[in-house]
Amino acid sequence: MAKRKLSGSDIVIQSLVDAGVDTIFGYPGGAVLPIYDALFKQNRLKHVLVRQEGGAVHMAEGYARSTGKLGVVLVTSGPGATNAVTGLTDALMDSIPVLCLTGQVPTHLIGNDAFQEADTTGITRPCTKHNYLVKDVNDLGQVMQEAMYVARSGRPGPVVIDLPKDVLINEAPYEVGKKPVAKHKTYRPQIKGDNARIREAVELIAKAKRPLFYCGGGVVNSGPRGSKLLTEFVKMTGYPITLTLMGLGAYPATDNKFLGMVGMHGTYESNLAMHDCDVMINVGARFDDRVTGLISEFSPGSKKIHVDIDPSSINKNVAVDVPIVGDCASVLAEMIKVWKEIKPSIDTKAINKWWDQIEKWRKRDCLAYKQSKDIIKPQYALERLQALTKDRDTYITTEVGQHQMWAAQYMKFNQPNRWMTSGGLGTMGYGFPAAIGVQMAHPKATVIDIAGEASFQMNIQEMSTAMQYRLPVKVFILNNEYMGMVRQWQELLYGSRYSESYTASLPDFVKLAESYGAAGFRATKPSEVDDVIKEMLDNDQFTIVDIAIDKGENCFPMIPSGAPHNEMLLGPDDEAEKPVSEDGMVLV
Amino acid sequence: MEPIERHTIAVLVDNEAGVLARVIGLFSGRGYNIESLTVAEVDPESAISRITVVTSGTPMIIEQIKAQLDRLVPVHRISDLTDGGASVERELALVKVRGSGNKRVEALRIADIFRARAIDSTNNSFVFEISGSPEKLDAFINLMRSLGLVEISRTGAVAIARGAKGI
Repeated sequence: MAKRKLSGSDIVIQSLVDAGVDTIFGYPGGAVLPIYDALFKQNRLKHVLVRQEGGAVHMAEGYARSTGKLGVVLVTSGPGATNAVTGLTDALMDSIPVLCLTGQVPTHLIGNDAFQEADTTGITRPCTKHNYLVKDVNDLGQVMQEAMYVARSGRPGPVVIDLPKDVLINEAPYEVGKKPVAKHKTYRPQIKGDNARIREAVELIAKAKRPLFYCGGGVVNSGPRGSKLLTEFVKMTGYPITLTLMGLGAYPATDNKFLGMVGMHGTYESNLAMHDCDVMINVGARFDDRVTGLISEFSPGSKKIHVDIDPSSINKNVAVDVPIVGDCASVLAEMIKVWKEIKPSIDTKAINKWWDQIEKWRKRDCLAYKQSKDIIKPQYALERLQALTKDRDTYITTEVGQHQMWAAQYMKFNQPNRWMTSGGLGTMGYGFPAAIGVQMAHPKATVIDIAGEASFQMNIQEMSTAMQYRLPVKVFILNNEYMGMVRQWQELLYGSRYSESYTASLPDFVKLAESYGAAGFRATKPSEVDDVIKEMLDNDQFTIVDIAIDKGENCFPMIPSGAPHNEMLLGPDDEAEKPVSEDGMVLV
Repeated sequence: MEPIERHTIAVLVDNEAGVLARVIGLFSGRGYNIESLTVAEVDPESAISRITVVTSGTPMIIEQIKAQLDRLVPVHRISDLTDGGASVERELALVKVRGSGNKRVEALRIADIFRARAIDSTNNSFVFEISGSPEKLDAFINLMRSLGLVEISRTGAVAIARGAKGI
């Protein structure tokens, strides 16, 4: 196709359209006015006006995580860019493909401390996968293409393009309808795993006596095919599987081979199986400190297989025996092929014994809690939410804290891309904007942000966005009037000195919803929970639900920091017996 | 505890704005050591620079450093010259020495032994240029201390693998 002369702004928009982007999340300002003017004159890109730039990045993350597509953000220079930094870091930690376009002062003013100038590429260098400052409009088309490729390929992540205002106004030739690039001159992620290593891994898996699959967000990131292949392989072997917080949904939660989440607030059976297994098959997880607990005592007797697309994830925290660099889906497909080829005779007797042991751990019923007639237990509220949403087309996001862990424990995900949470960075305020992003991508679906009253307030301004675009997002607040996880740690580690973890002057969330023209419901007794959830689900507009939960409830099971997996606290009665070590106190 | 090893790593990068900041930021952000770092363009036509970084850490950390460097987008190739067979390593230093009488004569004599060249001279000072292994430079500088050492400027090590094969 012939090249046409386009302004920088038009090149930005045309590149996005050519790459199949249909929605962007942004906020205007002086430096990006040329792009906003170009947006005004077209109708192929839908722009969602946020209320603070931090919200825009989380919306793009929710959009990306629930679709597998690229999330796109547009913000202005200076404060627009700095407000986006938390979201960019969040996307980097959780490997979410996000393209963030930032305005910049004109090239001749860069370095002059101009109005709304910030060194955006300098500030975002450590919190992006890559970033660009475009100084010549003739480079812009190429940079747009490259940036989108880098954000999506390999281990996905956020990419920033800093766009000085004069570059947006100047013109350059651009080939409309250009196909997105499929390779990069230096960045070439390894997709296919090494055949010899894969064979070695499969042979190890076949000989295992106490095997465990330990899988994470990498499987979700390798696309629905990754989850399908994982499910196929796990069922083929008959081995147990646990998932990380980021991996929930990669394997059906209602299947009996799934032991629940692993890690600090994971299930008893998962963590003990991690500790005692003899072959650990890690696919797309990164031995995060929330999963490993005390590294020196982490799964001491196991041979470890680690599949990861990012070579730097391998041997970072935990030394592994069989490293395989490659895309989870591609490696799983190869593993299945080799498994079928060698037709292994697994040690059924040992595997049955292993399952017997696991069933014993399961019988501890570590997620049991004391039900109350008068006070709503958060676990009960979530069990009811799970029961009443399981037959719907549901997407769940969360904020960060106790409610997040309860959601991970009690909500059941049978498909990938249904669970959006801030895992690596632990960003309070993530869930509500993320839910808005999810709802933009899935207008007919039920999208629920499981929230705490403290986290919700961190991006509460986005209520206005939800209303403006008539998004029927549900915010399900488990309200204990505390920063619950902070309070829990203060109770366990700081002699119940609740320093600054109580929130005074909370709004009336029902009236708050009403003030925006949204719906608000409240439950204060267990008997009201079902009705309120049903009202929420029947409501086709933005809805806030305020569930007054037990203020003192703590999140269990829990591996205290600095402890190994086999020293879990199972409930409040466990607390007094096992004081946290000095070493554990310094860990977060 | 695993032993601490010293490694010299060569990194070929696109010579673009901010690339050095990326490399340095990676080391400071992740708490890795930099003993020395040199950078210069080596292929003007394709705008490729070579960074030579001398670092130290346990074998697991060294492996991490290489993996982290390799995943930076503008990095073409990395090569661990310490692990990858024999290599030669050189550094250049400019050393300013002030003194007169016997000390001045002695400084010249030692410079001769080390094959350092005087590239500037006044009635009471020399600037010596010396190149060699970092250890040789250390030895020369140590000897100059008692002879009126004033100032040192060192380039940091550059290195290349022995033999006919390129990086």
